[in-house]
Amino acid sequence: MRFAVIVFPGSNCDVDMYHAIKDELGEEAEYVWHDENDLSEFDGILLPGGFSYGDYLRSGSIAHFSNVMAEVKKAAEQGKPVLGVCNGFQILLEAGLLPGAMKRNEGLKFKCEPASLKVVNAKTPFTSGYTENQVISVPIAHGEGNYFCDELTLKSLTENNQIVFTYSENPNGSLEDIAGIVNERGNVLGMMPHPERAVDSMLGSADGLALFQSIVKNWREAHVTTS
Amino acid sequence: MYKVKVYVSLRESILDPQGNAVKNALHSMSYGEVQDVRIGKYMELMIEKTDRPLEETVKEMCEKLLANTVIEDYRFEAEEVVVQ
Repeated sequence: MRFAVIVFPGSNCDVDMYHAIKDELGEEAEYVWHDENDLSEFDGILLPGGFSYGDYLRSGSIAHFSNVMAEVKKAAEQGKPVLGVCNGFQILLEAGLLPGAMKRNEGLKFKCEPASLKVVNAKTPFTSGYTENQVISVPIAHGEGNYFCDELTLKSLTENNQIVFTYSENPNGSLEDIAGIVNERGNVLGMMPHPERAVDSMLGSADGLALFQSIVKNWREAHVTTS
Repeated sequence: MYKVKVYVSLRESILDPQGNAVKNALHSMSYGEVQDVRIGKYMELMIEKTDRPLEETVKEMCEKLLANTVIEDYRFEAEEVVVQ
């Protein structure tokens, strides 16, 4: 499976993402600069964390007007898996690929620590390698991870089973302890915690690896036919 | 040429932790009369005259980029200025 790791000016988790795919998962990965306008050769799209455009104005707000984002939207419409982590999640929100908005952490502190996450929905292409309600450890590192949406949106997120990860102990004030959500179709996941930083027990946790393995497994099942 | 002042702030219903921190600091400085502090952004746009109505253009800019209307409100005022 071939992954694009989108690089914006200010992305700083792109190397971690690339390492996770290439070295730990053993799949193909390629860095794609933000002004590229063709993602057709890729099977999965990864928006890494960092501070795209310095987070000027609001996190993710400027990145969403990059050339490549039109292609990311196209890939999402085609049903390709799109994963946004941290700043990548913020970009997906600003781009309207996922509903809601991100506020500053409730305590105003930048939080950088391992977080316990509950897998609320293990039926997405990103989480099928986990079990429902499994608790995993994945690090967070953000100052604006306080997820917010209006009541109507929250209702539809809940009813459609779009809340994928919740925090066991809410670190940032997020509504309903939300740590990650998918779109209605289930092929776009945004999450604040960094699964790409939890792919080897040497890093403190390898719990994030199953997320990437799930993407590959589901893609293979859909695309590779055995004779 | 127009000078457009754009004010973006968190919507009233949204808790403003930055504003709260500043309010608490003011209280600790014994300005107990401060009831609330809201922190926002202020932007100045210098915009050339075009055929399009200015209000419409600025509104579009605010809704597309300058404010995130899920959590933020915006308002703006425009004045015509002479550029030397």
